[in-house]
Amino acid sequence: MASAEEASRPFAGLSDVSISEEIPVEGDIAVPVGPSTRDDEFSTLDEPVKETIVRDLRAVGNKFIHVLYPKRSSALLRDWDLWGPLLLCVTLALLLQGGAADSDDQGGPQFAEVFVIIWFGSIVITLNSKLLGGTISFFQSLCVLGYCIMPLTVALIVCRIVLLSGSGKVSFAVRLGVVTASFGWSTFASTAFLADSHLTNRKALVVYPVFLFYFVIGWMILTFSPGN
Amino acid sequence: MASKNDPFQFQEFDEAGTLLESNRDAVTISIDDEDLKSKKQRSAVGFAQDVGDEEPLINEDREELLSGQKKNAPFWTFEYYQKFFDIETHHVKERILGSLVPWPGKNFIQVHLRKNPDLYGPFWICTTLVFAIAISGNLSTFLRYFGNSNYKYTAEFGKVSIAATAIFSYAWLVPLGLWGLLLWRSNKILNLVSYSFMEIVCVYGYSLAVYIPAVVLWIPHVEWLRWLSIVVALCLSSSVLVMTFWPALRDDHPKVIIATVAGIVLLNGLLAVGCKMYFFSEPKLGPGHVSPPAAKITNGTSS
Repeated sequence: MASAEEASRPFAGLSDVSISEEIPVEGDIAVPVGPSTRDDEFSTLDEPVKETIVRDLRAVGNKFIHVLYPKRSSALLRDWDLWGPLLLCVTLALLLQGGAADSDDQGGPQFAEVFVIIWFGSIVITLNSKLLGGTISFFQSLCVLGYCIMPLTVALIVCRIVLLSGSGKVSFAVRLGVVTASFGWSTFASTAFLADSHLTNRKALVVYPVFLFYFVIGWMILTFSPGN
Repeated sequence: MASKNDPFQFQEFDEAGTLLESNRDAVTISIDDEDLKSKKQRSAVGFAQDVGDEEPLINEDREELLSGQKKNAPFWTFEYYQKFFDIETHHVKERILGSLVPWPGKNFIQVHLRKNPDLYGPFWICTTLVFAIAISGNLSTFLRYFGNSNYKYTAEFGKVSIAATAIFSYAWLVPLGLWGLLLWRSNKILNLVSYSFMEIVCVYGYSLAVYIPAVVLWIPHVEWLRWLSIVVALCLSSSVLVMTFWPALRDDHPKVIIATVAGIVLLNGLLAVGCKMYFFSEPKLGPGHVSPPAAKITNGTSS
């Protein structure tokens, strides 16, 4: 009976094991301090201003190149920034001014109208894709949509140059071709970045608003007519 | 051999569907996969509506109990609106086709929506219509004066905001009024067919889809083509709306039926004709002086 009792007690066989005091227990408790120079490398507080600006400009320029050659890279998504879209939006809005400038009635779009259409349109498209179950975040989507306006801005610059040489049928045909090509490029580039995150049977539902968005911007560019 | 009186003996119970078929008045609850459950309910609602009145109510209770997370999100959260975007591309295509080609006897809400109203279709159809009207109006004015040296092309961009206001208020305020009307009448008359507000908004949004090709047909300045396309679009759109609301109205007082149906058709027609008049009218040409149509309305111009 005693053995049964013994067996039922937990850790029955270990009662005569003890740690003798001769065995030292020692170790090293110390927080490894990295070299203090590594901290200085990541702190950007002390660098010259030019370096800060150049680094940001380089990031923006890098993303422009990604839009020019849209591949399935996630650079645009990982390090999103809104400088590029702001720059493009302001350029677009400024270049769309100065047309039919004696705007006593409706002329071209006002600066505020272009701004509102681009930003409000981007926000609505982003909300739409999030509601449809997209996994891309809000600002990443704004970033992609803004950067993909770049081909259309280039088309506007080309259109203004073409319009300097007259506004007849030939120039209209050239402008139509340029705007159509850049509209197609913008849509293709943005869907290359945005489409991965969606379910395959909702892809058309997500792509159509982007198509409409760039179509409207392309329309604003095409109908730009210079004032006298 | 399992004896039925022995409570500890395992007993087989039939599936809920077969039990229901044998005894229509019974309420059965089966613990099943939720996906399977909603599929069964949807098919059950389909053929049960001509069997009895209790079926849709029982199924609705079950649906509400089991998909409780669908209905409980408060309306100020993101999740509440996410359930209105729970559709796929082929659903949207079917719904648009169903609104373009109304089939007599096919109620749009029952056939296409099936308790899954979406906000994607109405919103993007209205937006597309707004831009289609603005762009087509601009194009038609441009084509009208092409080659006329007095004409100075303007983009007339302010028309977009006016078009947007008109179309979005039609798409939201008229369903609100109709929903209130149906609610009011359903208190007076025992009405078994009731539509939720989102379903009415959905029907109205999809019924505007037929106007998009109609608006494109308005670009060339051929008056008979314009009026023909207005009439055809009005007929299609109104018939979809009337056929949808007919089951909800048919038990009502005849005067109310006539008034409501007439109101639906009239408002629809008013929107179509109003848009044509405002965006596609022929402006009066003075010698060497072009005034765009909207200049008559905006007071801030000095010419």
